[in-house]
Amino acid sequence: MSSILEVRDLVKQYPGLRAVDGVSFSIDAGVCFGLLGPNGAGKTTTIEMIENTLDLTSGEVFYKGQPRGQKFREEVGIQFQSTQLLQYLTVEETLKTFHRLYTRQASLQQIIETCQLSDILKRDNRKISGGQKQRLLLALALLNEPELIFLDEPTTGMDPQARRNLWDIVQAIKNLGKTVILTTHYMDEAQILCDQISVMDKGKILTSGTPKELIQRYCPHVTIQLPLSLPAETLQNLPWTIETTPGGHELHAKDAREVLKVLMERDLDLSDISIHSPNLEDVFLVLTGRSLRE
Amino acid sequence: MKKSFERFWSMFYARNMEFLRDRSSLTWSFVFPFFLLFGFSFVFNRDKPPDAVKIAVTGPAAQSWQTRIDGLPQVQAVVIADAAEARDKLAHHKLDLVLDTAQQPPVYQISETAPKGYQAEQLVIRVLERKALGNRAPPAVFTRQSLRGTEVPYLDWFFPGMLGMNIMFGSVFGVSYVTVRYRKNGVLKRLGATPLKPFEYLSAQLASRMFLLMFTTAVIFTGSMLMFGFQVRGSWLALILLFFWGAASLIALGILAAARTESEELVGGVLNMTTWPMMFVSEVWFSLEGSPAWIQQVAQIFPLTHLITGARKVMNDGASLTDVSHHLLILIAMTLVFLSISSALFRWTKR
Repeated sequence: MSSILEVRDLVKQYPGLRAVDGVSFSIDAGVCFGLLGPNGAGKTTTIEMIENTLDLTSGEVFYKGQPRGQKFREEVGIQFQSTQLLQYLTVEETLKTFHRLYTRQASLQQIIETCQLSDILKRDNRKISGGQKQRLLLALALLNEPELIFLDEPTTGMDPQARRNLWDIVQAIKNLGKTVILTTHYMDEAQILCDQISVMDKGKILTSGTPKELIQRYCPHVTIQLPLSLPAETLQNLPWTIETTPGGHELHAKDAREVLKVLMERDLDLSDISIHSPNLEDVFLVLTGRSLRE
Repeated sequence: MKKSFERFWSMFYARNMEFLRDRSSLTWSFVFPFFLLFGFSFVFNRDKPPDAVKIAVTGPAAQSWQTRIDGLPQVQAVVIADAAEARDKLAHHKLDLVLDTAQQPPVYQISETAPKGYQAEQLVIRVLERKALGNRAPPAVFTRQSLRGTEVPYLDWFFPGMLGMNIMFGSVFGVSYVTVRYRKNGVLKRLGATPLKPFEYLSAQLASRMFLLMFTTAVIFTGSMLMFGFQVRGSWLALILLFFWGAASLIALGILAAARTESEELVGGVLNMTTWPMMFVSEVWFSLEGSPAWIQQVAQIFPLTHLITGARKVMNDGASLTDVSHHLLILIAMTLVFLSISSALFRWTKR
């Protein structure tokens, strides 16, 4: 696969704060790339420097192997984290206004369908819900049939149903073969949508890989929690480490099936057992000692 | 080029829709000038004396009379060599009284409709008559002449100033606040992420504001003509061009003030610093006659001065397009300069 975007040693320096500190990565065409990190990690600053909406202190950005030019504006779609819309315009008028700004134009009808806007086309921008607004902003990012789409925290502040709805739309966009760059501090969002992830904190990229690779690399063990009602002596001589916490006996192992097999051989009551598979939240915890939401 | 026009049109249309659907702003834009005009017609039909008068003295004894008059309280006297010029300024409310010393007894002239004509007569002529005769019953030392029938009524003189003021406020504040608001709430950032160019965006803002201002000005102008019987004695084309380019230059000035600004408070302060001097030195309310020469020269740097002066020449004096062409050229030049600098300085985003 060819690289559609390459970022080399990006730096953003504010007085007294290095918001982005030497970020480099490369994204292949057709991939959904995620920048995962807590608030204040430098994700939005990084993405806005790449979008050319924020001046970079140093570093280089190459789009299709070339420095960004007017073609970049024509061929990328951007959904900003927080944007107001033109007031007193309907959803349909807003779409048409932005649609006319591009030389390369996607089918408006198709975008309306993809982003599920048919029912609110005649509604005033000021009278749509948060989820509807995000779908409209996403639609605006698709008007020029972009090859590369930037989505900056697209589901922040949305209720769970609206989030899942937007994920479906992003999946549909991915299925069209578009390259997507997504920033998020939601571990589940990154895990579901992204093919490649870079974990970011304090302006630096800590690690990169597919979600599965990152989990295997940093959190290879599943946690099996057994109820405290199980007598301790029944768990003696097991080949795994066991910690007793207020929530129960925690057993860490690479293969949950093997643990279950042994426990069943001991004829233990497993009705209150719980198994926790590691996720990107755990990866971040291992890397920084902090939670993504801290 | 076609695409560039399409982008311009898209922005022009969107902004017009925003303004026309904002009913409170739209209503105020129409109603405010009428309030102002009604207020003034009411005020200037009363005998309420304003507080200072401007006198011009002409003729061979002008200097000695000027010295005597200048010593009077609340009176400012100037010598004008050309009697015709002095009468013309009296007719245009740049002076309140003209004393011609070429004849014996001296002749004084006032405008019957001028707000300060009667005050000038009382403050100067009556006082001088009493002083000449030691406060006894005065003989006719002066001959009185009235300009009734040839003078420009004050309301007619004021009307172009009121229109200019309305255009100025509608221009500079309207366009600058919108641009700063767009920058603050991220609309400009969103627009800047498209192929839209600063010049396309700014010229669309200018055109949209211009369209709305010309529309409201036409309504106010027609309504006022019908209600107050104002006349346009000169070229209609010249008047329309003056309003058009006057508004364009003032809108461009507003755009310049908002080219990089991120707060309404700052842009409001900057524009107040610009508009209030214009209100005073561009002769919106009263003439600058008699004020220091440097103030009159400073006034020439303001677009409002050229708009109002040109419009008064056309409406009150019957000026042609050629007569006001220099005002038009200055306004066109100011528009292009302001817009070019704005395009170069413009920022889509906050710093």
